[in-house]
Amino acid sequence: MATETENGAADAAHGAAESSAGMPQLEVSTFGNQIFWLVVAMVIIYFVLSKIALPRIAGVLSERQGTITNDLAAAEELKQKAVDAEEAYNKALADARAEANKIVADAKAEIQSDLDAAQAKADAEIAAKTAESEKAIAEIREGAVESATEVAKDTAKEIIAAMGFKADARTVTSAVNARIKG
Amino acid sequence: MEGDIAQLGQFIGAGLAGIGSGAAAIGVGHVAGNFLAGALRNPSAAGGQTATLFIGIAFAEALGIFSFLVALLLMFAV
Amino acid sequence: MATEANGEEGGLVFHPLDQFIVEPLFGNAGDPIHWYTITNVTLWMALAVLAIIALFVFGSRGRAIVPSRTQSIGEILYGFTYKMVEDVAGKDAIKFFPYIMSLFMFILFANFLGLIPMSFATTSHIAVTAVLAAAVFLTVTIVGFVKNGAGFLGLFWVKSAPLPLRPVLAIIELISYFVRPVSHSIRLGGNIMAGHAVIKVFAGFAAIAAISPFAVLSITAIYGLEVLVAGVQAYVFTILTCVYLKDALHPSH
Repeated sequence: MATETENGAADAAHGAAESSAGMPQLEVSTFGNQIFWLVVAMVIIYFVLSKIALPRIAGVLSERQGTITNDLAAAEELKQKAVDAEEAYNKALADARAEANKIVADAKAEIQSDLDAAQAKADAEIAAKTAESEKAIAEIREGAVESATEVAKDTAKEIIAAMGFKADARTVTSAVNARIKG
Repeated sequence: MEGDIAQLGQFIGAGLAGIGSGAAAIGVGHVAGNFLAGALRNPSAAGGQTATLFIGIAFAEALGIFSFLVALLLMFAV
Repeated sequence: MATEANGEEGGLVFHPLDQFIVEPLFGNAGDPIHWYTITNVTLWMALAVLAIIALFVFGSRGRAIVPSRTQSIGEILYGFTYKMVEDVAGKDAIKFFPYIMSLFMFILFANFLGLIPMSFATTSHIAVTAVLAAAVFLTVTIVGFVKNGAGFLGLFWVKSAPLPLRPVLAIIELISYFVRPVSHSIRLGGNIMAGHAVIKVFAGFAAIAAISPFAVLSITAIYGLEVLVAGVQAYVFTILTCVYLKDALHPSH
């Protein structure tokens, strides 16, 4: 590069006529200038990129990668939690349903037994009442038969007396009884 | 010399050198066309070969640029 | 003399190469240029440096987890270059990543800044690209010999070829090795210079009223092509650097 620079300085004199003819690319007098500024530019770019920009971007990229990984893991965890919660909910629901069924069955059984007891009691009462009534009816019928016998005896006695016969009480009674039974 | 013959030679030479650009165009077309033919036959492998495609195009193109440069040199620098 | 000849035909004046003239920023156009003179080269290189600093240092100032627009452009360029170095040159070339990144960014920004109308394309100058290519060549050669010692010469001795052919191949490989920096630099400089010169030639045609719409249309189309070329040439320069670096780190074919 040093020789180029010297060339540049040496050829600077005839560089004055460059604008009229020839390729500017081959104008050796400008080489030193271009090379010098190119080297300056490249060195600046290299140091800015390698010391500041590239580590920063690499850091940002890896940080983002880490964040994404973490977020994915967190999302996975939350998903697992949601699945667990759903399972727990389903289990609770099934338990509650079983409990409810049990309660319903119990209540039904209790009501049934109460009903049975009440029915049995009612039956017994009805039976007692019936028996009582039958007894009363029997008594009444008995009373009626006796009254009828009495009336028949009296009537028979009176009829015999009216006919002019002396009625024997025992005979009348047995005859009436025989006639009633018959 | 007034430079007439020399100028004639320069311009003819520059024009002849310009043919090289057309030849380079044929070369680039070959590279790209063959890449496309291969890529359509096996599209899954095409993606990894893009770099090779550009390298091939660059090599073909460079020679055309050389001939263009020769033309320019003849026109402006000789 | 050629420029004068051009000027004679039909009043058309082409100065397609005048845009590449290096001149002092302060003072007259004809002043002598010393190595320290502040020229338009200085200006446009400084702008490239400032643009790179603006993008990578001020753009990523926030260190945001969710990046701003500028920061995400910087991150995309970082990721792109990093992946390129890793894929093409191999994992052990990562320590050259800042160097390759600097080259890539400088060339990319200089190319794009050179596309601004009335600007100066620093990368169109063979002196600039030759220094960049020579730097790459020297780096690669030194790294090759430091890493592999004399084994680096195995790059020229093709083991897979039959024995009688090997000396011939060695000569060819040697020549192609030393042509590398030449083609490396001329490819970049020539592409940029060619594009800019072609645009200027069409701009000269625009002076003729009959074909000026066509000329303006052509300039637009070629400008689009040049935007593409600016990116592709920066990419090609960088990827070839990676390829050469891979040769230096792993010289066996």
